Amino acid sequence: MAQAVKKISRRKKMENIRAYAFMTPALIIIILFTIIPIIGSLVLMFFDYSVVGTTSFVGWDNFVKAFQDREFIIAIKNSITFVVIVPVIQILSILLALLVNQKLPGITVFRTLFYIPVVTSMVAVSIMWGFIFDTQGIINTLLQDLELITQPLGFLNSKYTAMLCLMFITVWQGLGYYMMMYLAGLQGIPQELTESAQIDGANTFQTIFKIKIPLLKPYIWLCSLNSVISAIGVFDVVFVLTKGGPNNATMVINYYSYTKAFGDFQFGYAAAIGAVQAVITTILSIVVFVYGKRGGMTNEE
Amino acid sequence: MRSKAKGSRKKKRIAGKISTYIILALIAVICAGPFIWLLLSSLRTGANIYSLHFSLKDFSISNYTGVIEYMDLGKYIWNTIVVTLGGIIIDVLFSSMCAYPLAVMDFKGKKIIFGLLVATMIIPAAAGMIINYLTISKMHLLNTLLGVILPTSVSTFSIILMRQAYLGIPRELIEAAKIDGAGELRIWATIMIPGIMPSISTVVIFDFIKNWNAFLWPIIVLQDPEKYPLATALQYLNGSFSYKFGYVAAGTIISIIPVLLVFMICQKNYIEAVSGAVKG
Repeated sequence: MAQAVKKISRRKKMENIRAYAFMTPALIIIILFTIIPIIGSLVLMFFDYSVVGTTSFVGWDNFVKAFQDREFIIAIKNSITFVVIVPVIQILSILLALLVNQKLPGITVFRTLFYIPVVTSMVAVSIMWGFIFDTQGIINTLLQDLELITQPLGFLNSKYTAMLCLMFITVWQGLGYYMMMYLAGLQGIPQELTESAQIDGANTFQTIFKIKIPLLKPYIWLCSLNSVISAIGVFDVVFVLTKGGPNNATMVINYYSYTKAFGDFQFGYAAAIGAVQAVITTILSIVVFVYGKRGGMTNEE
Repeated sequence: MRSKAKGSRKKKRIAGKISTYIILALIAVICAGPFIWLLLSSLRTGANIYSLHFSLKDFSISNYTGVIEYMDLGKYIWNTIVVTLGGIIIDVLFSSMCAYPLAVMDFKGKKIIFGLLVATMIIPAAAGMIINYLTISKMHLLNTLLGVILPTSVSTFSIILMRQAYLGIPRELIEAAKIDGAGELRIWATIMIPGIMPSISTVVIFDFIKNWNAFLWPIIVLQDPEKYPLATALQYLNGSFSYKFGYVAAGTIISIIPVLLVFMICQKNYIEAVSGAVKG
């Protein structure tokens, strides 16, 4: 009897060892490069740390410094401005999803075409649009050919239009992704529901606004959240096209934190800026969440 | 009377269809047009590269041969292939191993580990780059392709996706193999892995696109531009050779094509996985 218990416990032990043997390689990488960075950043933000020089604990000094840093305040404002793209991108992609949800010959070809910008690297996309917006680019050439303008417009060099261009590119690239999400949502709506509404005399607009959109609410909530997080974290397009300029017009938090970390090697300060970004993201996410709840956008789960 | 009404309704439906196609075509021009314009521009030389007027006799592939020769694009393509394949191999191997006990074994701490994995998916890890830079430098992997590959290789998304797939394999199969005396490793390799092939292919497509397009982390880790992968090199070329518009355009097209091919071939699988993730 005692021997049998011993045998079982030994078998259990073996099972534990085997399980961890299988998981160890992946767990090492995840702990090293995902979990340690999260904990490490929380520590780093209270230190004055750069690769060279002395390291010292400075408490909240990095944060005090941040909120007296004029450039950082501009970056916060610009990042929050960038969130304006969220409703634009969501509304457009819902419309797009409704459009490609129809049963038409060749519709999958269009879905694929609309999705192409999503799989293309942001570097390629930014370079491409950079050429299009260039002073000698296609838009300026066209406008000059039509004799609408005499001098080429520096879309990316003007503080009034640079940000708008970056927003446009981001919306353009993201549309296909959210379209697919909403398409998945629309295809989950039972057909009987829309059909019976049509039999009851509902027109297309009524079925869209009274049936489809309300049923899409969990998706709208999730996509908006996703979209807010990536809008606050916008980086690639700024990095490739404007580097925060002209005159800080497109300086955003994520890019500022990058320049502080890998331009000036102020790692502690950059970590503090990253923490502020995380707080802003969280606050905005809660706002979306609360609005979602009030609008009845309950999550499926 | 009645047939007339029916006829007009039919006409209306056809008109509706035509206008739908017109709208679809317009949006397609907005989405795919810039790529086509870039492709056409990359095939032209000379000063009129920006102009909208295209004629077939102007086309040449000199920009492509130019960018490959002068900028040594082959080297960057090779770096990208190493980074992309390296990342895929590590992710598929380690994630499929890690997911296996999480799906079928009973062991101490299972809930904690699973919870931890899910948590890392929710927490955005953007700020982690500084610490990862320090870690990679401590490991003496700065300026190496391994340093580029390692931090982003294993993805929790892959682990969770493959765990779901393992759960779908009938338990009887495992039990039968155990009775036949097969060890855990053999069961995993001969029964479980073949059983989750569809999920593995999804992971491969996701990783391919992610790794092929990565550009920021390589800039941070690699000091030597010779070691840059394609996306990073493009960003670099765009900065230093922006006057060679044709070259940069050709390089950009070359960088887009593999991703586009993979996406076109696997789009059904890919799109199902993307939209499945939101349903989660």
